[in-house]
Amino acid sequence: MDMPRNEVRPVEFGTFSTPKHLEHASEQARRRNYQDFLIVDVDSHHYENESYAEVFEYIESPVMRRDAIESAGRSTGFLNTQVGGQSLSGRIIRNKARRLEKPRAAKHRDIGMTLDWMDAMGVDYACLFPTPMLFLSAHPVPEVEAAMAQAYNRWLCERILAHEPRIVSMLYLPFNDPDAAYRTVQEFGGRRGVVGFMVTSPRYKSVHDNAFMRTYAAIEEMGKVLSFHAAYNWDDRALAMCNRFIAAHALGFMWFNMVHMTNWVVNGLPERFPKLKVMWIESGLTWAYSLMQRLDHSFLMRTSDCPSLKRKPSEYMREMYYSTQPMEMPDDKSLMEATFKQIKADTQLLWSSDYPHWDFDLPSTIYDLPFLDEKAKRNILGGTAAKLFNLDPRPVKRIP
Amino acid sequence: MAEFFVAKSSDFQDGDRRIVTAGQREIGVIYKGGHYYAYSNTCLHQGGPACEGLLINNVVEVLNPDRTYVHHAFGDKVHFVCPWHGWEYDLETGECVGDRKQKLRRFEVVKRGDDVYVVA
Repeated sequence: MDMPRNEVRPVEFGTFSTPKHLEHASEQARRRNYQDFLIVDVDSHHYENESYAEVFEYIESPVMRRDAIESAGRSTGFLNTQVGGQSLSGRIIRNKARRLEKPRAAKHRDIGMTLDWMDAMGVDYACLFPTPMLFLSAHPVPEVEAAMAQAYNRWLCERILAHEPRIVSMLYLPFNDPDAAYRTVQEFGGRRGVVGFMVTSPRYKSVHDNAFMRTYAAIEEMGKVLSFHAAYNWDDRALAMCNRFIAAHALGFMWFNMVHMTNWVVNGLPERFPKLKVMWIESGLTWAYSLMQRLDHSFLMRTSDCPSLKRKPSEYMREMYYSTQPMEMPDDKSLMEATFKQIKADTQLLWSSDYPHWDFDLPSTIYDLPFLDEKAKRNILGGTAAKLFNLDPRPVKRIP
Repeated sequence: MAEFFVAKSSDFQDGDRRIVTAGQREIGVIYKGGHYYAYSNTCLHQGGPACEGLLINNVVEVLNPDRTYVHHAFGDKVHFVCPWHGWEYDLETGECVGDRKQKLRRFEVVKRGDDVYVVA
């Protein structure tokens, strides 16, 4: 008779390894046979600030480049930041421990770090976004946002995307400077691994401003995706009333996307750019369901406010794309099923991890849902993203 | 049920953990305040290594008698925290402190001489 396995290991905090940290995720991936189908993560992150010494060298203006390099290592200086404890006072150990990590050999440390967690989770392709630069939209100097966006996008294309086909990105659009946003699309639209362009949502430029129309037209013509990546701005007048990170985060990640979505629809942008693929990232799912009902209700009484619309707002919203994370998990799963139905999840919802951030989701958050059939699961986990981003649908990951 | 060897009791310092693979299960054995606690090492949230994160005291809100806010302070309950997302569990009960209806499976720990075993 075989003896039951009995192994013992200590818990150590002096070292850190992503494959070990995510061993339970790998176990989930093996048990669910993720190796048999494609998984695409449409929203993941790296910490680009760890590479600022390289990124700053790409800043075109000698004056701003000097300002950036000179301020490196100081807590204040060239770039803005936000108050907020993503690591939960150290309870999320990977934030600090990542410094101890020795990732796999790769052209760049970020590539090695990213491939390590991708394989551990069972991810084939990941769309990579920055972390601190999500707050760059609140920088008081628009030309700094434009300069950093250009430097980061060039660095990302040359140092990361050019060397690793499993990593793609929707590049940062410096939306506070409409001309710079347009130039970004022109310069980078054809670069390897660029599957779209991303607007960080906490900002005060209206999406229906005429200044953006040529940018939308250019993205539409390229067949790329325009995404709005949520974040919070604790300095926002409304959010400034919140005294806890949980409040600023929970509201902020919905609030700005709700405003942009509302303006997008009531100004008839889906009619003006019918082929533009628009994606809403990291606001969860329930906000869209709620907003659809709210806008439909008002629209039927106030069609004269939005004469471009030929259908109800919800019908346009159901043609847009949504990332899953942070996916609300109500006790009553019928509420979740209704939410999925409302946004036509089978074809419009795309799984995202948000890894390595504090509220990341695993593929099992989708795979284990009892009301989805296998086809819907595979569409959400990767099939829809493969079509949207023009990716090879064959799995390439190596689950440990 | 079988007994699975964990470690010599003399090997445990206060706050030390051992992760025991007992057959198909992973069990976290935590030594704290002179007691051993053993719970499933699979977080009820997304399956993270629930017993491998920080041990940290609970945070309490201190109010004045007139119910005005004073400050937050650490309390005297010890929590262990899943390092993936921060779900906190009560070390005494294994209950998820955000929703006490959810509870990690608890396992018995026995000492035989200097040897510590978990029963699973």
